[in-house]
Amino acid sequence: MNTEEQETSLRIAPIADHALYIDFGEVIDAAVNQRVTALAKRVADARIEGVTGLIPTYRALTVAYDCTRIRQSRLIAHLERLLAEPDEQAAPVRTWEVPVAYGGDHGIDLLWLSEHHQLDPQEVIRLHSAVSYRVYMIGFMPGFAYLGGLDQQLHTSRRESPRLKTPAGSISIGGMQTAVASVEAPSGWHLIGQTPARSFVPSRQEPFLFGAGDEICFTPISAEEFDELWAQPDYLPQWTWRT
Amino acid sequence: MSSLHVVNPGLLTTLQDRGRTGYEDRGVPPSGALDELSFAIANALVGNPPGTGALEFTLVGGQFRVGQGGCVIAVTGDMQVFIDDQPVTPYQCHVLRSDAVLKVGRALSGARGYLAVAGGFAAEPVLGSVSTLMRGALGGFAGRALAKGDELPLAAPSQYLPTAARAPGQRLLPQREHQPLRVVLGPQQGHFAPVEIQRFLSESFQVSGQSDRMGYRMTGPVIAHLKGFNIVSDAISTGSVQIPGSGHPIIAMHDRQTTGGYPKIATVIRADLARLGQLKPGDWLSFAEVSVEDAEDLWCERQVLLNAYLDELLMRYRRRS
Repeated sequence: MNTEEQETSLRIAPIADHALYIDFGEVIDAAVNQRVTALAKRVADARIEGVTGLIPTYRALTVAYDCTRIRQSRLIAHLERLLAEPDEQAAPVRTWEVPVAYGGDHGIDLLWLSEHHQLDPQEVIRLHSAVSYRVYMIGFMPGFAYLGGLDQQLHTSRRESPRLKTPAGSISIGGMQTAVASVEAPSGWHLIGQTPARSFVPSRQEPFLFGAGDEICFTPISAEEFDELWAQPDYLPQWTWRT
Repeated sequence: MSSLHVVNPGLLTTLQDRGRTGYEDRGVPPSGALDELSFAIANALVGNPPGTGALEFTLVGGQFRVGQGGCVIAVTGDMQVFIDDQPVTPYQCHVLRSDAVLKVGRALSGARGYLAVAGGFAAEPVLGSVSTLMRGALGGFAGRALAKGDELPLAAPSQYLPTAARAPGQRLLPQREHQPLRVVLGPQQGHFAPVEIQRFLSESFQVSGQSDRMGYRMTGPVIAHLKGFNIVSDAISTGSVQIPGSGHPIIAMHDRQTTGGYPKIATVIRADLARLGQLKPGDWLSFAEVSVEDAEDLWCERQVLLNAYLDELLMRYRRRS
């Protein structure tokens, strides 16, 4: 086996002859996730011949490769060299300002969730839009963003029976996480709002808005403002570089 | 330009190519032909560049009426093929006149068949591929499986029309190999006791009816976890063998979710994915361990063989045209 436990709890393991798996530990943690996205960036910048894809998740980076172009043993040597380099000091982070219509038809579980936590719905909205979140990973559906940093008061276990269909742009809470849904999808999470920003449009020049490592801040908007932005197919939320 | 009118779409027929690569970090699985070998041969038989979109049939084919202008087609996989009710040979290209009726029957062995048309189908690529991802309504024709009454526009065929290209033998039918699927253990084999890994590698599993382009579910022996069945979500690859709470393995296929939270005991090697793609509900399978180096050698050898075979087909074309 190519598996190897290192002191840092870092582990490189084969995913057959398709990919390598670099595991930073079994945790959901901003610092661990930061190491994952930092390594993904270094591997991307190294432009290693034969590497066909990089998939950063909460706690691991998967490096897909084509073994007719590079053998795994050589790829491991490359990656070990990159892993030995110190993480760059804080690269700038893309920070998105995402408008959200909370409650009502846009967030049908807001009242239930408020009662569940014995909070005023306005307080739930305030807590949810007061912090900035880190995009830990994109997964589940095209463009679906899993966010970390949810206020502990809002942690809510998932619904017992998932809904078969939830709207595109849904802002939801599941366990200790919150998420921005891209397209219509089944979901067992609680729907508290909806954004008029379309995070996945295949025909757009930049099909996806969010990537792992980005930051997202939510701004409450009214249902009328939602309608106005939703009616603009080219509407994009604002973002800035934060260093 | 001609078209195919869908008289009967079959059970599940979708447009597929070699899939979309490079978007797994954005939650988009690769999709693409489940048996890339039969898919590649279908394209070569009609003189298409490799990777041109073709129809993928599931268990049964379908029925199509050819539009004005006719077309040249080839069917691969172990399927029955009829032109105007006359049986014809698969693994051979056929010229269809306007209004001809092409019928593709059930699969005699395996689960998938492919219909390639000279020039390909006129479908808009999405993120670089025409492959259909039904779960995301992406690609193909309206992001869904074919339906009765659909009109499938064809792209202009290449300038020379092949007339009689035939695959030299059917030695590349992957479904005819009844051998264990080869796997590399991991990346989470540490979640299973050695006796459970031994069980996984020695017993037989049956493909359940709840299997589709997202994943193959197995019934049969139960694989027990050492420390619970939830892990912090990480990436899933094609061929990843996940063990969920039930202990019944699920093999991730081309339309899988890109991330998931079950431990993965092993991964099917690339050289055996086409054969895996031909398995159908009720089939039995077992797993055998190989090293990464052997898996890489097997894939490189497979690619050399396939390329030589495709070159041989193209040579026949040049001689005839």
